This record gives sequence, C-alpha cells and structure tokens, in this order.
Amino acid sequence: MILPFRLPAIRAMAMSLALLAPLAGAAQAQVFDPTTFVLDNGMEVVVIENHRAPVVSHMVWYKAGAADEPAGKSGIAHYLEHLMFKGTETRAPGEFSRIIADIGGRENAFTSQDYTGYFQTVAPQHLGLMMELEADRMTGLVLTDAIIEPERKVILEERRSRTDNNPRSLLSEQVAAATWLNHPYRLPIIGWAHEIEAITRADLERFYETWYAPNNAVLVVSGDVEPAAVRRLAEETYGKIPARTLPPRIRPVEPPQIAPREVVMRDTRVNQPSWSRRYLAPSYVAGDTEHAYALELLVEIFGGGATGRIYRSVVAEQALAASAGAWYSPGELDLTTFGLWFTPRPGVAIEAVRTAMDAQVATLLETGVTEDELSRAKQRLIDSAIFARDSVGGPARVFGAALTTGQTVADVEAWPDRIRAVTVDQVNAAARAVFDANRSTTGILLPAEGESRT
Amino acid sequence: MKPVMIAIAARGAVVLSLGLFLIAAAVVGVSPARAFDIQRVISPGGIEAWLVEDRTLPIVSARFMFPGGAATDPAGKEGLANLVSGLLDEGAGELDSEAFQRRLADQSISLSFSASLDGFSGNLKTLSRNRDEAFDLLRLAVTQPRFDARAVERIRAQVLAGLAARVNDPNRIAQQTFREAVFGDHPYSRPVSGTAESVAAITETDLRTFVARRLARSALIIGVVGDISAAELGPLLDATFGDLPERAEAFTIPRAEPDAAGEVIVVERDNPQSRVVFGHRGIYRDDPDYYAATVLNHVLGGGNFTSRLYDEVREKRGLAYSVYSYLWPLQNGAMWMGGVGTENAAVGQSIDLIRGQWANAREFAISQDELDRSKANLIGSFGLRFDNSSRIAATLVAVQFRDLGIDFLNRRNDLIAAVTLGDVKRVAAELLDPAGLTVVVVGKPDGVTATQTISEGG
Repeated sequence: MILPFRLPAIRAMAMSLALLAPLAGAAQAQVFDPTTFVLDNGMEVVVIENHRAPVVSHMVWYKAGAADEPAGKSGIAHYLEHLMFKGTETRAPGEFSRIIADIGGRENAFTSQDYTGYFQTVAPQHLGLMMELEADRMTGLVLTDAIIEPERKVILEERRSRTDNNPRSLLSEQVAAATWLNHPYRLPIIGWAHEIEAITRADLERFYETWYAPNNAVLVVSGDVEPAAVRRLAEETYGKIPARTLPPRIRPVEPPQIAPREVVMRDTRVNQPSWSRRYLAPSYVAGDTEHAYALELLVEIFGGGATGRIYRSVVAEQALAASAGAWYSPGELDLTTFGLWFTPRPGVAIEAVRTAMDAQVATLLETGVTEDELSRAKQRLIDSAIFARDSVGGPARVFGAALTTGQTVADVEAWPDRIRAVTVDQVNAAARAVFDANRSTTGILLPAEGESRT
Repeated sequence: MKPVMIAIAARGAVVLSLGLFLIAAAVVGVSPARAFDIQRVISPGGIEAWLVEDRTLPIVSARFMFPGGAATDPAGKEGLANLVSGLLDEGAGELDSEAFQRRLADQSISLSFSASLDGFSGNLKTLSRNRDEAFDLLRLAVTQPRFDARAVERIRAQVLAGLAARVNDPNRIAQQTFREAVFGDHPYSRPVSGTAESVAAITETDLRTFVARRLARSALIIGVVGDISAAELGPLLDATFGDLPERAEAFTIPRAEPDAAGEVIVVERDNPQSRVVFGHRGIYRDDPDYYAATVLNHVLGGGNFTSRLYDEVREKRGLAYSVYSYLWPLQNGAMWMGGVGTENAAVGQSIDLIRGQWANAREFAISQDELDRSKANLIGSFGLRFDNSSRIAATLVAVQFRDLGIDFLNRRNDLIAAVTLGDVKRVAAELLDPAGLTVVVVGKPDGVTATQTISEGG
C-alpha cells in the first residue's frame, strides 16, 4: 500500500487502491455483459465493449503471485514483474516501454499474492501491437546479471519506500506474519529484504518458465473494440504460443487457529496510535464460502462509511475514535480476513476504544442486523455495480482478479443477484462464524515508550 | 466527510506496481480523436456551467470550484478551508449530520469537498434516478451548512489525528520544508491541512466566515457530465446555487518569488531511505512557452518509464524506485519540481546525477528525436485518462479555472505539436538552473553538503 503524495500538483495513483475497490466486492455487476472465449492453447479471453471513448485497456493476468513462490524465496513474483520490462529475444531492453511511449500509450504492472498483471492503455488501433509485444514477453524474456542486478537495487529501494520508511507498513507486515502460521500469505509480496538479496537468476527463470504460459493466463480487453477483432488478433499472437504443463497450484494449508494473537509495535516515528484486528474468514472460493456474500453485506452494515454501526457509535456518538471501520475482501484464492480498525481521538486510550468496539461486536452477535439495515446495504452494493461501469479499466480489473482467484465470469455477472438474495439470518450466521476471538490477530501501533515526537 | 482510513492494512489491499503513476494535474484534457461536444449552459438565473451530455449510463457527475482555497486561510487559522471541506456534508438545513449522511448513503450519492491552495472544490456523483435529491443535498451543503458543535469537534479530531499520523511522514516533511524554504512568508508556504495548533484555533465563526466570503455565484465554476441535457441542467443550477450570495469577497494572493535558490536543507530523520524533493522557479500556466516547458519536462523527468532521470537514476544504476520531475503552476507562483527516494548511502550520488541531467538539458536541450517522441507521447496519451465521467467533469472545471477557452480540448494537441526545438532550447536556457535548485533531504544522507541541517526534534 502506498500513500498518495500530498502535493496538489501531482497525483500518485496507487494500484493497490484502484484494485481494492472492485475486489472488495462493491463493483461487479450483471451488466458488464462480456464476451468470453478460450484460445486453442487454453488462454482465457474476456472482452468488455465500451464505445464511449477511443480507448482500449489491454491486460494479461497470470495465475501466479507471491503466494506461489518457493519457500525461502519471497519476492520472486514481484521481482520478475519488474524484469518483464527488460528485453526479450526479439526486443532490446527498454524497447517495449519505448514503443508504448511513442504511440502515446500508458502501461504498468502489478503483483499480488494470487496474481501478476500487466496492462497498457492505448488508442484502439494499437491493440494488435500490444498483443504482439505482450505475447513476445510471455516466452522470450532474456535475463542476464547486467539486467537483474540494478533492478534488485530498485526493488530494495521500493521496499525501503513502501515498508522500511513507514512504521504502519512495518506493523502490517508483522501482523500478516502472525495471522498466517503456515500459509504463504504470511510473507510480504515485495519479499523480505534478505531474501530479495538472495534471489538468483535461476530462481527467476524457474518461476517464469513454470507459470508464464498461455494456459495460465487471462487476457482481458476492455474499451472501444469488437470481440471478433479481438479474437482474430489474439489468435494471431497469443494463439501461436504452445501450452505448457502446469503444476497444481497448491499452497500450504493453515492449521486451525486456537488462540488470539496480538502484535504491539512501538516506533519513535509514530505519533498517532492505531489499532486493527482481523479474523480469519472465507473468501468466495475458500473456507466456508457460503458466508462470502453475507459478509460483504455485513461489512457494509457494520463498517461502511459514515453510516455504518461502528462509525455511528464509536466515532460519532461515543466520540472515542477519530475514525473507524471494517474491511473484507473476498477475492482471494485461499482464506481471507474480516478486519476492524480504528484510530483513537487525541487523548483517548486505545483500550477505551477497543472496549467500545468489542461491545459493538457483542451487540451484533446478540441481536443481529435488522431487515432495514440489510435492505439499505443491498441497495448501495447493487448501485455500486452501475458506477463500476463508468470506466474502461475498472471492469477489466474486476474480471482479471476474479478469473485468477478461482471465480468465473458467471460469478462476476451474478454478483448483484447473489447480494440481493442474502437474508438477515444469513448475515447473522456469517457474523457468528467470523467473530471468534480465537481466530483473530490484533495489531497495535504506538509511539515509543515515554516519547511522542512532534 | 467519510472516515479517513489511517490504520487500515488489509492484506488484500497490498498490490505492488512497477512504478508510481505521476500525472501532472495541470495538463488536462480529453481524447483528441473524440471532439467532446461541450455545451456552455447558462441558467435562467445566469449561472454558467459546461456540460458534456452522455447518455451511455444512468449517471450524472458534477464538479465545481470556488477560487480561493487554503492560500486565503487567515494566519494562525491554517487548515480552515480544509476543515470546511470536511464539514459541509456533516449536516445542513433541517438535517443533522447523521440524517444528511443517511440520505447520501441510502441513495448511493457521493458528495465530497476538498481544498487546495488555490481553490475550494466539490464533487457530486449520482444515479439519474436520484438526481434531483442529489442536487438538493448539494444545495443544502453549500447554502445552509449547520456546523453543529459535535460534528465540528468530530471532524476536527479526524483532521488532528490525520496530522498526527503524518508528522513524521518523510514525504510530508520534505514537501512542507521545501515550501517553507521557497515561499517564506507567502501563503503558499502554508500546509493545506494546517497544524495541530492552527486547527485547534479555528472557531465556528471562522467556518461561517469562510463560507460567506468564498461560496458565491460570481466565482463559481461548474462542469457536468452524463445523463442530463442542457435544458434539464439550467433550472437545476438555479435551484442548487441560486441561493448563494452574488459576489465572493475579493482576495489577493501576491505573486510568489521563490527564495532559497541553491540551498540544500537536510532534515535529519532516522529512516533507511532519504526522501528528496527539489525544485526552482517554473513557468506559469498562461505563459506561451508553457507547452515547450511541458515537452522539455517530459523528456527530463516527466515520461513514465522513459525519461532521462528515470533512465540515469533508476534504470542504469538502480538508485531509486521513484524519480521524476513535474511542472507545478500555481495561480500566483510557478515551480519546476522533482523528487527521488534513495537509500541514505547513495543520496549524494543521486542528487549529483539529477543536477547533471538538469545541466545537460540546459546546455544542450534535447535532440530532435527526443522532441518528436515526447510530442507523440503527449499527444497520443492526451485522451486516455478520460474514460470516466468524473475525470471529464474535473477537466471541464480545470479548463475554466485556467481560462483556457471552451475550444481548448480541441486545440491542446495542436499547441503541443507546434513546439519547436528552438522553443525548447529557449525555455531550457531561461528556466533550467541546476545550481539554483533548492534541495530538501529527509533522512540520514551521505555525500550531501548541507547549507542548513535541521536535527531530529528540531
């Protein structure tokens, strides 16, 4: 997670946030109405037509992320993502980005625990060229020490910027490591510094050769295009790449959590304390998945914006927290978490706010949500699916993330119906299933002992 | 005001990308290939808005702006405009905070306000079926804000917590130190969100005075995009903004003359990576050479993965993840800025490389090939980011604020295309000043000769 710069003249857009919104469940809609097909080599293709502006978003998503790395080698997936912008057997280093710049395109890439994605936004006439370039680097990447060593330094700087310079990120890393005992979600996507330093060229090549294959990729094209033209271009480019035998995507399974965990971090750089707690929770495809849609409604009712229960009580009525809320992101290939968080008001002790949060959870478990709360929350989520169409890149990210984390196109399209079908009893059952203190991990960030620097 | 998420650290949110997107907000535009049909709508009551009618989706986006933002905050009350921006949606007319927020939430209406140095802005997004209610809530917010004591204290606490959370944020320290050094006593040195002391000092009277002085029809700039016609919008403008006072109070922001040329200020902080901000005098938005400067900056440090700074500092040497430059044309002060994040041991080297690129561009400008490629990129990418109604509405406001003309979006690429190598050379010689860069380093840098050092706790 990167923080936006404060300066008004520039805007640092964090892909993390752009991606979180649709994944958090507030964005899918029955109305994307995509065209889908599969190339002969097994590459899935999703086309979302949007003819409002002469713009096309071209994305390739690989079903491989940080959680698919071999043990002791954290950071490979992200490191490889950076190296994909270097040369191939047919393109010199830097040529890829140069070509895209010359045609006025925009490009970037991103790595998560479950997927790695690459995208370009260009005028529609350049779509074929984008496919040619992207297909070229799916198999022909050339890695040498001269290429990977400077990039290793870049990534270590990235880690310093994102994590080491920021106590909140450092705590977040520690909390993830405490949340997952066995599952690789416990490792930072960017990797531990000492493991980034030790990744070898062979490690990177092995990861690339294992996972970068058409039958492990999803092509998503959104914008001012015709599906038939996309199919023809895709067959001429990606279609020429042979499928590979893929290993099963098996990650170590989490043992039952039987006791609460807590990480308290003090840092001289901290002036504002903060608190968060996450409970192990099902995703759309892992754990007790029948609760996933109910939990999306629960998080809206309990922690949504300025009208959710937590904000109304802990922030507004009791005036204990400066801000507070909840989060839940069901778009994970394996288990996920349901989180609560708050920042105390100046002068209020963490413990006082935590007690009030616990009381809210207890009340929820005792009396449940109301029919009125549920219908309001449903309306907001269903409406959000209409707003999600007001963009070219957003819908593409929804499908890319869904198809690389075990969901289907039909799942995405059925999202509003599934939200609509959730009952009060289901939300209450989901709340009871999730709010188990013995399956929670708490993170507390505090100023250094006896110190508050200004 | 929606709760600010200071503490959230959901694992699902952590997605790393190859590079930061840096978009110079000053350069705005829409697709060159799609000549947007911008209608100038004048309401029966005389309120002007620019409209792009688009019936694709049942959504209406509106953006609006009142000139005069944080730079008009009274001394000692820094953060006033920002605090007002957090409070207009916290109760208005007969609706208290909770009732107002519930109306917004129940109808999926997004309404938010924000303050920058030069303006106070609002953003409304609604489904067509709730359009009239949405504009009515906006009317209440700008004409009858309540500023109930409990809401004021809640939002004040939120702002204070946000300030406390960022006290030691190296980005914030670098930007603020830079602005104080360069702008001195000028209002542009003020932090938009204020300080703990100044935010604590703001009274209800201050909030009401800000609204009375700034929110008026004479200064209002509006952009609307989506499922609405000119005939529908006109009466809606009167209904929404008609009750505002006719005239805003006049204010004067003097032209800032950047100071501290050549200073190197080190703010000592115990971080593994130094955060560096640098810059000097820039170019105003209405200067005819603005486009030549835009092209030059693109080559120097503005291009995403292709600029000279990117190539020298990141690509060849791996000294940084993020290195860039940009033009920052405020209304009354123009800067040419840049930034880099480098591990402490390599800060001297990174700054030397950046100064070297600055000097090289000043002496030799850029090549014909670089000029052509940069122009092609700036022209080709112009329309790409405007794929949604909010962005287009924001553009309509920015073009009006900068007084660029209703045909600007259709002329902009011609303005870039007309830039010659001679123009770029002239601008490089006039503006680029490697020795005059003011540099602020936050960290424990090696290889830096500071003209001023601010110790920890200092």
